[in-house]
Amino acid sequence: MGKAGKTVQSDEAAGGQLMSGAQAIVAALEAEGVELIFGYPGGQALQIYDALYDSQQIRHILARHEQGAVHEADGYARASGRTGVVVVTSGPGATNTVTGIATAYMDSVPLVVICGQVSSSVIGTDAFQESDITGITMPIVKHSYLLQDVADLPRTLREAFYLANSGRPGPVLIDVPSDIAAAELHFTYPDEVNMPSYKPTLKGNPRQIRQAASMITDATRPLIYAGGGIIASGASPELAELAELIQAPVVTTLLGKGAYPASSPLNLGMFGMHGSKYANYAVSAADLVIAVGARFSDRDTGRLASFAREANVVHIDIDPAEIGKNRASEVPIVGDAKGILAALSEQLRKLAHTPRTADWLAQIAIWQADHPFYHPGLATPTGSIAPEGVLDRLSELLDPAASIVTTEVGQHQMWAAQHIQRELPRSFLTSGGLGTMGYGLPAAIGAKLACPDKLVLCVAGDGSLQMNSQEMATAAVSGADVKVLLLNNSALGMVHQWQQLFYDKRYSASLLEDNPNFVKLAEAYSWTAQRVTQPEDVEAALQWLLASEGPALLEVRIDCDEDVFPMLAPGSPLDAVIGAVNIGALDDMIDGKDWCEQDDRQASAWMLAHRAAAKEEAK
Amino acid sequence: MSADTNSQRRILSILVANRSGVLSRVSGLISRRGFNIESLSVGPTEDATLSRITVIMVTSDTAFEQLTKQLHKLIDVHKIVDLTDENAIERELVLIKVNAPAEQRSEIIEIANIFRAKVVDVGKAALTIEVTGDEAKIKGIEDLLRGFGIKETIRTGVIAISRG
Repeated sequence: MGKAGKTVQSDEAAGGQLMSGAQAIVAALEAEGVELIFGYPGGQALQIYDALYDSQQIRHILARHEQGAVHEADGYARASGRTGVVVVTSGPGATNTVTGIATAYMDSVPLVVICGQVSSSVIGTDAFQESDITGITMPIVKHSYLLQDVADLPRTLREAFYLANSGRPGPVLIDVPSDIAAAELHFTYPDEVNMPSYKPTLKGNPRQIRQAASMITDATRPLIYAGGGIIASGASPELAELAELIQAPVVTTLLGKGAYPASSPLNLGMFGMHGSKYANYAVSAADLVIAVGARFSDRDTGRLASFAREANVVHIDIDPAEIGKNRASEVPIVGDAKGILAALSEQLRKLAHTPRTADWLAQIAIWQADHPFYHPGLATPTGSIAPEGVLDRLSELLDPAASIVTTEVGQHQMWAAQHIQRELPRSFLTSGGLGTMGYGLPAAIGAKLACPDKLVLCVAGDGSLQMNSQEMATAAVSGADVKVLLLNNSALGMVHQWQQLFYDKRYSASLLEDNPNFVKLAEAYSWTAQRVTQPEDVEAALQWLLASEGPALLEVRIDCDEDVFPMLAPGSPLDAVIGAVNIGALDDMIDGKDWCEQDDRQASAWMLAHRAAAKEEAK
Repeated sequence: MSADTNSQRRILSILVANRSGVLSRVSGLISRRGFNIESLSVGPTEDATLSRITVIMVTSDTAFEQLTKQLHKLIDVHKIVDLTDENAIERELVLIKVNAPAEQRSEIIEIANIFRAKVVDVGKAALTIEVTGDEAKIKGIEDLLRGFGIKETIRTGVIAISRG
């Protein structure tokens, strides 16, 4: 296909300042109000870096690996809601961003990634440090541009920022050949974006909203399923209003953590593979599921065919492609969660809705009392440090209004999601969709630079931390005062757990017995660090970590046989959760399973009785 | 995704920005979401800034709806029309090189005439026939010519336009 007609011309008459393409990129970033960017220079990015050298407005954070730079921009974006910006060079610089971009894409994080590229004249010749990054990233970006004319540059930057942080947010990549960066143009930054093929639906269809309201008034066992879309939309107040109004329990996804205050009695927290039994029972027994900004991922639903099998579904999402993708919905509503939830509450007030959920909430309270998370205190029965207990205590010590927690990926991530209580959106940052080990440390650095007044702490595992441990240098040099709580079990814990449960304890390639000395490693990067091995030393060590000056690491030694419970075996129905049992022995697991099946009988007995009562009432 | 039971043949007409890389975005999305493309054709439209991609594939209703929504998310996609149930006009141009020893030439030319096809090249032992039509017609002439021995077939891919 040929080149399109240019819509914007470099226009001398318009009075734009004459500058190079590289200077125009910096001018555009300044016009977008960008103050912080993350990156790594190299041959084809030299002109952009030279232009950045003159910027009074933009601070550049030098990562130690391009993947780190992208996760830092991602952490910055998730913590602040602003678009994260990355600048890297061509070839390996660009390909190193791939995992970071895919992470942001899966979790709908707004990023603009600017890559240097070899000169247009040698593209396609396998030139030094040439890689087709536009082609490589095509499946993992919201949109991408390969600049072909310097005159397109201001419009491209304007569109990229608009695309990244509107509709369903996501990463946008701009590939800048070095001759385009060198070419001159008269720079004027467009105020307006004219993209006829991109018009996200924001306002929900009023008829659908009325239908949802009437479904809510008919429901006796409603439940709100809140995802990351609530946070992207800034819809937490509207979510709380609706939940209160209809007195419905709220379950959250991993990315929805913080969208609704943990302290609310209606909040059942995370459900799904490692969610609480009570949250999973509630989803399984609900007669109406109101999904908001959530995508029915396999980690949430378990076996899709039996997911919320009693329930009608109202699905609110800004991305029409999410609606009906995994679970069909009775009432689909496309648009921005904030406005739709407000309109839904408004409609329900008009209907003078009075909730009939007292029985439902009472039953859930029984499930909550019967099946709490495992809170062992700081010591396990075998005398080792209990990771759940450490995180329970950490949660008590953190001020939820003044702290951000990031995680790496694995067992520690699930324990953190279960045990660290969050009250506010943008206070729990984790790689949910892609499950990227190596995300947590750089994301913490980005979050700290976005929110310098907050305490930013990364809960890490020994496997994950080593995937981007070089970013400890970035933290030290940039002054990002982050804390790392390292739960070191000398294993790839989640792999180990699956091998224990599903692969006959054949621990193939999951033991990390020859880990480095993490305290010394941290100290080598000018961090302060401590290690604890005994439960009685944990309290003082946590106090030390939170009070420390500058970046600090606390290594907590735990046993590799500690498993994350409850757990839903992949592909199982939600109410077939493996019990929240004591750790260590497979015998206990089997006990747990029996216990769970018994629970299921209890749960279904309750549902049968409830239905019988409802029928009586109908008569 | 495309393995549902109620699969049927679909024609999708996609209006896209006439820009480098767009075909790759569209075909890449279709393949990575698990669909097989049976036929694909691309060309400019009456508006120089737009191109049209016509895709034929076999999918179920739900998978097809999902694919359409995903395609709409591509920034370069302007409009998608499902021509499947529109009784649309469908055409494909096919060049068939068929074995034709002198004694069989007239028989082959007769078949071509019945199908309103054209003989566009004659060699010592082969004829090349150009035929335009919908799927059924192309299949019809192919079946008849197969007996003579088809040496090579080249198809443009289906294009389609709505009626009225």
